[in-house]
Amino acid sequence: MIAATGLSLEPAYAPAFESHGLLSLVNSFAESLRTAQHLLLDADPALWRTVRLSLAVSGSACLIAAGFGLAAGAWLAVTRLPGRRLAVAALNTLLAMPSVVVGLVVYLLLSRSGPLGSFGILFTPPAMVIAQTLLVLPIIAALSRQLVADSLRDGGDQLRSLGAGPFTCAVLMLLHERWAVVTVLLTAFGRAVSEVGAVMIVGGNIDGVTRVITTAIALETSKGDLPLALALGLVLLAVIGLVNVAIAVAHRTREPGLAGSP
Amino acid sequence: MSGDAPLLRLVAAGVHFGDVRALREVNIEVRRGEFVALVGANGSGKTTLLHALHGLVPLTGRREVDDASVPQAMVFQRPFMLRLSVRSNLHVALWLAGVARPSWNDRSAEALRRAGLEELAHRPARTLSAGQQQRLALARAWATRPDILFLDEPTASLDPSAKREIEAMLAQFASDGMTLVMSTHNLGQAKRMASRVIYLDQGEIRADLPTERFFGEHVDPRAELFLRGELTWDL
Amino acid sequence: MGPVRDLWNGPVRRACTWLLAVFVAAAAPVAAQDRFIVMASTTSTEQSGLFAHLLPAFTKATGIDVRVVAQGTGRALDMARRGDADVVFVHDQPAEERFVAEGFGLVRRAVMYNDFILLGPAADPAATKGRDVVATLRKLAASNAVFVSRGDKSGTHAAELRYWKLAGIDDPAFPGRAFAYRACGCGMGQALNIASSSEAYVLADRGTWLSFKNRGALTILVEGDTRLFNQYGVIVVNPARHPQTKTALAQAFSDWVVLPDGQATIASYKIDGEQLFFPNAVR
Repeated sequence: MIAATGLSLEPAYAPAFESHGLLSLVNSFAESLRTAQHLLLDADPALWRTVRLSLAVSGSACLIAAGFGLAAGAWLAVTRLPGRRLAVAALNTLLAMPSVVVGLVVYLLLSRSGPLGSFGILFTPPAMVIAQTLLVLPIIAALSRQLVADSLRDGGDQLRSLGAGPFTCAVLMLLHERWAVVTVLLTAFGRAVSEVGAVMIVGGNIDGVTRVITTAIALETSKGDLPLALALGLVLLAVIGLVNVAIAVAHRTREPGLAGSP
Repeated sequence: MSGDAPLLRLVAAGVHFGDVRALREVNIEVRRGEFVALVGANGSGKTTLLHALHGLVPLTGRREVDDASVPQAMVFQRPFMLRLSVRSNLHVALWLAGVARPSWNDRSAEALRRAGLEELAHRPARTLSAGQQQRLALARAWATRPDILFLDEPTASLDPSAKREIEAMLAQFASDGMTLVMSTHNLGQAKRMASRVIYLDQGEIRADLPTERFFGEHVDPRAELFLRGELTWDL
Repeated sequence: MGPVRDLWNGPVRRACTWLLAVFVAAAAPVAAQDRFIVMASTTSTEQSGLFAHLLPAFTKATGIDVRVVAQGTGRALDMARRGDADVVFVHDQPAEERFVAEGFGLVRRAVMYNDFILLGPAADPAATKGRDVVATLRKLAASNAVFVSRGDKSGTHAAELRYWKLAGIDDPAFPGRAFAYRACGCGMGQALNIASSSEAYVLADRGTWLSFKNRGALTILVEGDTRLFNQYGVIVVNPARHPQTKTALAQAFSDWVVLPDGQATIASYKIDGEQLFFPNAVR
């Protein structure tokens, strides 16, 4: 099962280093950079469809996971229920969930011989969104819980004094630390958009339907076209880079002056 | 119930954090219109007593409030402002206090005027100076029209001019009829402003007297040592 | 909620609108397709580029879109058993016949064949070059060469195991042999990547090899043995097991690919002038 996701970049590169030396490696990267540049400038529609799908699937997954994850994180930070420490430990464990495993679980759920098969969404983008939502939900919940707990140490007393109930305190702290929340969401987005295990299994890497950048990279790698695979990776990074630059600019215009908001 | 009934009282109230007993079985009443100063060394339980009176910590014993709810507010040594504008911070407080939306603008404008901060209404609250933020904290508390205002060393981290501004505001609140309970390190401040002084030592109330008597008589040997500034640390 | 409302009206709403627009734009073309079937097939057919050539012709002729999920033959059949595919297109005749016998598929039809080739380092330390794959495997087992196996229940893997058996070696992975047998559990391309970088021997289908770009020093050492003949079959999944299967559309594909139009399209697929797959459907 791991076969579908195996990226054997390592064995391919090590001997390149041994037999042809550093120069060959540098040439490989240079070729990939050139290819990436051509890909970006030529605006190949198939490529951009793939990029858009990557962004749409991972973006949707993060938004949905944010809705549930921020609420869960806030709640976990203020709840006094007896099992809460265990819940936090379980949540932190889920942070290490391999994406392939999430893919497998969702596949078995959505398979026609599975409980949710009648919806017929296996091998379509919604299945990929579901899988990635489950994948990043623990990240958002765990990190926002920590964020809220830390903030409450500073201002929890004041908010409670003003009359805020525990959950309201938590939500106000999420508002207060909104840029930290943005970072959490960016972390989740990074995890989602770069993973290949889950989307490969529940999406099937179907050309024009469920092929995203990461599965395209896996395919090109297995076809032996390593420079193209690398170039695709660079394209994805470039697009994500633009998103992050936009966010950084927005942050600076909102909180000018001292570096690191007061 | 009105007149001389206490607004708030603690009966045999104790607070402990784990093994540490921060407050031991205190009995205290707060009456309307009083200006109570809590004094004592660090770790004597002043902050814990304030929190207990305000209802922020769980305690053994009883906490009784006069009417169904006596509106209260608290100002801390370091003001905590949300990363919002000055005005929005006030709106959040009004929202939490259950005030109807239409009156938010008027109430916050009035509160800012009392604190001399009207010009800064749209600035991010956390860019204000420490003194300004503390005035904002007082404005925020005042906007919710509390019957009792608790203050935990409100001027401890301020420079003299900021301290004077805060004291002026507090004096104004007191003369408007608000009940204040304030912990302070500054005995001069207690003497100047309070009508009643409570001295705490190791979680117990060792003296509870009107101001003139507290600074005049010699009641508790440790209180006297404290007043003379010679309190030693060996307990 | 005054302050929160301010935030919602500004940046948050803008961001959500933008994201929603992106998602709708990306999802729209996918949602538009209603007439489609899911085909479970092998990595060799997809990576050789055959499907990119064959399937558009089918869609043009019938208006039916074919969504290919490419994995090894074994996994493709498993997927079909679970009802997640409408038609299978694989190359392992015994496994296919078992599939039909178990009632998961309707009739199996031969479609085309290509051949397997044995690849190895150009230096060929085990001196395997020739036309007899079984003799070569015996020589390899006796040498200290490295052999890479897909080990993934694919058609290629099944064929490879059959050749080992013919060479008298029941379990090539059994320890104690001189040669190193490395089963990667991976697709054809990955196996070729590994072989190319470890100077190893590997059995591959010609189609994947012709379109493979990372050859290194790998070269064809054994070809032309009639036992290397690799037959592909198409099977429509049995609706009796999984009623949601799009049987009519799948049958349309099965019919088209064995008739002259489909067969001719297969024959016309070439890389560098070389034909990869040879149609041999029975009339």
